[in-house]
Amino acid sequence: MDTVKIVLRNQEYEVKSGLTLRDALAKLGINRESVLATREGELITDDEILRPGETIRLVAVISGG
Amino acid sequence: MKCRKCGKKAVINMRQHKLALCAEHFPLWMVEQTQRFIEKYRMFTPADRVLVAVSGGKDSLSLWDILWQLGYAADGVYIALGIDGGIGYSQKSQQSCEKFAAQRNLKLIVVDAPQQIGLTIPELAAITQRGKNKPCSVCGLAKRHILDQIAREGKYDVLATGHNLDDEAAVLFGNTLNWNVGYLYRQSPVLPARHAGLVRKVKPLCRFYEREMAAYALVRGIDYIYEECPHAVGSTTIYYKTLLNQLEVDRPGAKLSFYLAFLQAKEKGLFAQPPVNGEEEVGAAGEHLRTCPSCGGPTTVEGLCAFCRMVEKVKVG
Repeated sequence: MDTVKIVLRNQEYEVKSGLTLRDALAKLGINRESVLATREGELITDDEILRPGETIRLVAVISGG
Repeated sequence: MKCRKCGKKAVINMRQHKLALCAEHFPLWMVEQTQRFIEKYRMFTPADRVLVAVSGGKDSLSLWDILWQLGYAADGVYIALGIDGGIGYSQKSQQSCEKFAAQRNLKLIVVDAPQQIGLTIPELAAITQRGKNKPCSVCGLAKRHILDQIAREGKYDVLATGHNLDDEAAVLFGNTLNWNVGYLYRQSPVLPARHAGLVRKVKPLCRFYEREMAAYALVRGIDYIYEECPHAVGSTTIYYKTLLNQLEVDRPGAKLSFYLAFLQAKEKGLFAQPPVNGEEEVGAAGEHLRTCPSCGGPTTVEGLCAFCRMVEKVKVG
């Protein structure tokens, strides 16, 4: 599997592996200042290269309540 | 990316500081910086009794965690607002606060607003029709009133809230767009007590990005409520934050500069103090602050304060 699953809230996206997280977010139109990314429960920085078959979970950080 | 302090794998890159830190050094840095801001803005001292307003969200619980680590005498207060939104919002957020306090053996005061008022906040908003069918205006009024009351009755020296840089920048942005000079003059990391019924209000997290606060909570394993208040959807605050984050992507540090430069400009006298009518206790626009005969809190009008008038209206109803 050459793709990576990216999950934000209940929305799932698919991108090609081998991209940096930064490039993947840009491709998906997700503002990198508005999210944090985790890989298997650990925070990762946006220079990380996305691995085939993995799932990256994004945490939305903006609150307004 | 490597941690600047130890070279291990970084968990966050703070572009506005050109600083990446690992899971060990990032929370330490946050705690150190918070202490630095507490001292810089003379927020409170170790001798002060601090009341932390907690909502169950990442900012307020992280603040309470940081103050606990720094050894401050900090109790928490949670206000149950009776908001469900199909997700049990108030219930979940209260559980987050209670779990947090129990894990650290901290004192949490829980105020049941519906019990006190007789209605939930959404019900109160519907009846009073204050705030264009959204309960946010009523919610803000109720929270401020209750927090002031608890701080006053508990004889706390200061009330601390978890407002972060993104919150402050969004408010600043909105007030600048509309040139709300009175509010611009008043916006500050510290709000002195302007009336006997008020305590000093401080925002120790005002220079941290919201993203940093979320990362801190995750790294520290703080179980906070991820869901947004159901009534916050589509709010102006969230819209402004989104706009400012778009700016930040292209101009790292723009949000921080915007806020810090504003504080510096204020210090240099950019905003004239609203005219004071000679009284010591004045409101944001220089109006005389009176005392509400019902709750003892401040009011700008003769008689009951806005909150007590609202509750009275509902009871008479």
